[in-house]
Amino acid sequence: MSETIEKVSIIISKGSFEGIYPGLIMANGARMEGIEVNVFFTFFGMDAINVKHYEHLKVATVGNPGLHIPTMLGGLPGMSAFVTHQMEKKMAELDIPPVPEFITLIADSGAKLYACKASVDMFGLTREDFVEQLEGIITVGDFYGLAAGGQIIFT
Amino acid sequence: MSTTVIANRELELDAEGFLQKPEQWSEEIGVELARQVGIDPLTDRHWQVVRYMRDKYLQTGQAPSIRSLGKDSGVSTKELYQLFPKGPAKLAARIGGIPKPHGCI
Repeated sequence: MSETIEKVSIIISKGSFEGIYPGLIMANGARMEGIEVNVFFTFFGMDAINVKHYEHLKVATVGNPGLHIPTMLGGLPGMSAFVTHQMEKKMAELDIPPVPEFITLIADSGAKLYACKASVDMFGLTREDFVEQLEGIITVGDFYGLAAGGQIIFT
Repeated sequence: MSTTVIANRELELDAEGFLQKPEQWSEEIGVELARQVGIDPLTDRHWQVVRYMRDKYLQTGQAPSIRSLGKDSGVSTKELYQLFPKGPAKLAARIGGIPKPHGCI
């Protein structure tokens, strides 16, 4: 291994359970390798750091062909909660934490968490809507400044 | 796979420098392995993490995740990263003479 990654900046843009976890796992995994990490939450991805929502994220069971459930079935009441519950059980077995604990783990590991200013303004949110570990609400330009010299991952 | 000599013992290492036979390890070897990854001296707090990793591995056959390391080792996640900036689970495993952890968490 002659070349190594020193810094990654991960963008989390989707708000569902399956939209948020991959980025968090990538962020935590990078810190575990000693890689510097920024995480930029934008659009519905901000649910991961929104204290009103981050405990209640659900798997999208409609319009999610990867689940292999017919659309009509996916739309039944309780289906999303059921699939989410199944997935949470599986993740607990693998020692993957629930989102609030995962955010704390990632922040404590030294990763920096940022919310996207345009999205915050669009959704009418303020600093108080987010976890205390949030480093700041920043513009896209600021994000590119922070990401300079490293890799950018969009999820 | 390669071999190296530390503290007069011939040790089998994988490509990334992890001991392949945990029974070949000693504390003296741990100190030298730590020096190789830039941790010198190895403080009591480092030792607490290294011993926890090693004991868990020897008991269960698996290295603990970073999550359980932060919860159960007696050293918080924040301090883990202060002690081992280049990756607590990975480095504590390497210093403690056990194979590289396989989990993603």
